[in-house]
Amino acid sequence: MFGDYSIGDLGSIFVMQGFAGLILFSVYVLMALGLAIIFGQMGVINMAHGEFMILGAYVTWMTSNFFQSYLPSLFSGYFFLAMVLAFLASGALGMLVEWMLIRHLYKRPLDTLLATWGLSLMLQQAYRSIFGAREVGVELPQWMLGSLHVTDAIEVPINGVFVMGLTVLITIGVAYIMFRSRWGRQVRAVVQNRIMAGAVGINTAKVDRYTFALGCGIAGVAGSAFTMIGSTGPTSGQLYIVDTFLVVVFGGAASLLGTIASAFSISQTQSTLEFFMSGSMAKVLTLLAVVGILMLRPQGLFALKVRK
Amino acid sequence: MNDSRFATRSELIGILVLAVLLVVILPLCLDVFRLNLVAKYLTYAFVALGLVICWGYGGILSLGQGVFFGLGGYCMAMFLKLEASSVENTKIQSTPGIPDFMDWNQITALPFFWKPFHSLTFTIAAVILVPGIFALIIGAAMFKRRVGGTYFAIITQAVAAILTILIVGQQGYTGGINGMTDLRTLKGWDIRPDHAKVVLYFFEVGLLFACIFIAQFVRHSKLGRILVAMRDQEDRVRFSGYSVANFKIFAFCIAAIFAAIGGAMFALNVGFMSPSFVGIVPSIEMVIYTAVGGRLSILGAVYGTILVNFAKTSLSESFPELWLFGLGGLFIAVVLAFPNGLAGIWGDYVQPRISKLIGTRKPKSDWTDNSVADGAPAE
Amino acid sequence: MSDEANKGLLSPLRRKLLMGMAAVPAMTMLPRASFAQAPATSAVNTTGLAVTDTEVTVGILHSATGTMAISETGSIEAEKLAIEQINAAGGVLGRKIKFIQEDGASDWPTFAEKAKKLLVNDKVAAIMGCWTSASRKAVLPVVEQYNGMLYYPTFYEGLEQSKNVIYTGQEATQQILAGLNWIAKEKGAKTFFFIGSDYIWPRTSNKIARKHVENVLKGKVVGEEYYPLGNTQFNSVINKIKLTKPDVIFTDVVGGSNVAFYKQLKAAGIDLAKQALLTISVTEDEIDGIGGENIAGAYACMKYFQSLDNPNNKAFVPAFKKMWGEKTVIGDVTQAAYLGPWLWKLTVEKAGSFDIDKIAAASPGVEFKGAPEGYVRIHENHHLWSKTRVGRAKLDGQFELIYETADLVEPDPFPKGYQ
Repeated sequence: MFGDYSIGDLGSIFVMQGFAGLILFSVYVLMALGLAIIFGQMGVINMAHGEFMILGAYVTWMTSNFFQSYLPSLFSGYFFLAMVLAFLASGALGMLVEWMLIRHLYKRPLDTLLATWGLSLMLQQAYRSIFGAREVGVELPQWMLGSLHVTDAIEVPINGVFVMGLTVLITIGVAYIMFRSRWGRQVRAVVQNRIMAGAVGINTAKVDRYTFALGCGIAGVAGSAFTMIGSTGPTSGQLYIVDTFLVVVFGGAASLLGTIASAFSISQTQSTLEFFMSGSMAKVLTLLAVVGILMLRPQGLFALKVRK
Repeated sequence: MNDSRFATRSELIGILVLAVLLVVILPLCLDVFRLNLVAKYLTYAFVALGLVICWGYGGILSLGQGVFFGLGGYCMAMFLKLEASSVENTKIQSTPGIPDFMDWNQITALPFFWKPFHSLTFTIAAVILVPGIFALIIGAAMFKRRVGGTYFAIITQAVAAILTILIVGQQGYTGGINGMTDLRTLKGWDIRPDHAKVVLYFFEVGLLFACIFIAQFVRHSKLGRILVAMRDQEDRVRFSGYSVANFKIFAFCIAAIFAAIGGAMFALNVGFMSPSFVGIVPSIEMVIYTAVGGRLSILGAVYGTILVNFAKTSLSESFPELWLFGLGGLFIAVVLAFPNGLAGIWGDYVQPRISKLIGTRKPKSDWTDNSVADGAPAE
Repeated sequence: MSDEANKGLLSPLRRKLLMGMAAVPAMTMLPRASFAQAPATSAVNTTGLAVTDTEVTVGILHSATGTMAISETGSIEAEKLAIEQINAAGGVLGRKIKFIQEDGASDWPTFAEKAKKLLVNDKVAAIMGCWTSASRKAVLPVVEQYNGMLYYPTFYEGLEQSKNVIYTGQEATQQILAGLNWIAKEKGAKTFFFIGSDYIWPRTSNKIARKHVENVLKGKVVGEEYYPLGNTQFNSVINKIKLTKPDVIFTDVVGGSNVAFYKQLKAAGIDLAKQALLTISVTEDEIDGIGGENIAGAYACMKYFQSLDNPNNKAFVPAFKKMWGEKTVIGDVTQAAYLGPWLWKLTVEKAGSFDIDKIAAASPGVEFKGAPEGYVRIHENHHLWSKTRVGRAKLDGQFELIYETADLVEPDPFPKGYQ
């Protein structure tokens, strides 16, 4: 298939394809980080993760509308505020959900799956009732559209760079919170031994609530960022859920590093395969490979040894 | 209690009540259209029954039961589709005698794996064996490596996603997203008219009771007790010298085969099979039927399935918006407040009162006994 | 006949629904037009449909929930508008139209089940409904078995024809061929890149397009790619497009994927003002979600655009907006859905009866002069004669009409040489 093209063409296409893989990687990391915190640190399976993302997307849409109507002069910067608001909205909803639902279910992890699935159905219908069944288009400021022109064949999409930058920032932020802050130490203590952590004076209920809220908040930011590359509708969240869970499980549930490594390997596999075959087959093969490897190595790429 | 090998007295009464309901009351009260709807609901009850064994007793939550439901259904649909695609029926195609969707996709000869489905015997064997063997492979790969709990749930989910994409993508061989439609006859017998629907209904109810009896047998055998023990204290069972993995594989295979039978009956009853039963959403819905009925109750699974589906049909007829709120709320309520579902409510609240009224006192039972004390929920 | 057996057993739900219908505000605001001199019910309804001396019941069957609600909402709105307008103009054979709305919930078997309910329990005189091919395929055996009448609004892949269905949208050749001819001539296009969602409509449409490009236009298809429904990452295929540098990108991506595809195309620096792109899956409805700035410059091949400049459309668009809000947009399928109740009314009046067999027989030749797309006529094969139009997407989410065929294009669901 490459016979007809010049070396220069091929070179730049491989650069572009590598870049496409990197964007996919960032998208996966963003999707999975929130879930990795919730599932990995708390053992809760949050099937409503996609709906928390879409909440962030809707908040972004509302912010954009607000700026267009009332503050058109500041429109070019609205996206940053939108992301903060998305974080706060999803985080607040997460806190509420933890308080009403999740905290009763810590001893029954499989049941959190069912309950959050129910929650996701209700949220979808709520979005549909509030925002309508149709998709909404989020208008972006002009500077976020288009691409950076490197050579004639190599163009770097600005939104891709933006997503990558955001991913790096959030990952660093999460890593800092988890591994450097006092609160992160508490979270890790609770993960490793809940009873002992409680016994030494950590308020485990509070730690749980904020951990869950943090995970949901990151989902909100991810949803906000995805308005640049995807659709925003009541059921859009469903598009992400399987991929997200696979990334987290493949990486090894309790390991942030594992999540990043698995997002990297899945995204590179998929985007390389996509170049040689149709998108559908690439997806099937990638999923098959992931499931196959998980059967051989069920603990995922990076496993955390925890005394149960 | 006179605990026979097979069922306690109260369980026998429960089965009898269900039999009267399904064989006598419903056919008398409902018109053929509604009865056919019940037949459709009952196909999911097979899945729910399987989940009681594998999830309720075995503690293995599979979110991929739609895969097996779909495999069984597709096997049956392939047979029916071939019969519906006789040369006379498909004269207008460029290649007569092959299913219409193949013709649309420029396939000119029947693919080799379709050929055996001309035989009904082969088809029936395939309905049982294909999902059974598939479950065996998945189960062996996972349980031998001690994958369980949430990991297993998520991996089965991925399997469901893979199979859906495959079926949709390979539309020349599978009918794609449209599925296999317009199934007409079974060995020359038209499955579409009303009298056929009634016959199929009774046949299905018969099969359902066969599966209930198998489930009862499993539950009361040593196997069932080991499953429960394993669910509660897996390591102790392992240290006692049992091969935990083999028991889990067995439970998973039984669940898969039940689901496949349900799928095959679905194809017969509805005249239709599509990838929309294979994916993640239907698989999770099937789990909720079990949860609503009571994950530990064999009969509860049947009632739960009928009730949820009935609510779905009637609510979505009048208030489509309310329906999703209702279903979502139901999930949450069942998990938070009634983890043993309808059977739990029956066992905890209704049955003691009835016993009191009649004056027969039941010995107070502990948690597991209590939660598996099945019986009909309030009718 | 099963219908006889069920006659006495009206479900209580149905009664409840009918009563609920009366409370729909839009219906009660209707002017009391003259419902006089109606022909006797026994004469116009010999098969026991839900027709009384003053009313006739039809069914609306679309997805109000689930993933397809995004697309089908417009069709529901259009059908309700048409029914209201018909009632305001005196109804059908002197009878007011009542509708029972059922939710297909984006689930094909549910569509089949609800269609059966509408036909068997409610005895509706016609069903306006379905959107995806899959839902139509599920409903088709039901309407054929119980002898109902389905008015199906969506452009679709063809390869189908039924006594019991009127296809008010375009079949594939009607939609595609004229558009390809135009772009080949206008842009001198020789090379095409196809990209679609992975299911039957895009695959069949692309098959027809490929034959046309190769055999008639003597061009070349340099790529053909399919992605699963709901896919949101298109960077790889966009790179392939950059590598193959096609004259025309021909797309039939649907649903949420559409949004992702155009946003990423724009972000990758493909300027639709310079790179010709012809889509057969984006209407004004989809642009709402995609955003006008992401797709401006693309060509769409449809039979209707909201911006069409003709007297019918000038009346239709404000009426639609008045009923459903200033911000709603009207796409190709929405307009085709609007035709359904009207064509049914005209056919019933031509046949002088509500009987399905008579309607099916009377349908060919029925003309609707008030169609927003202009004049349409039903063909012997139960599809519509209609024009093919090409529009260019503008920043505000509307299309600007660029080209339309001089004559109505004949529907050809089983095209010779394209299979």
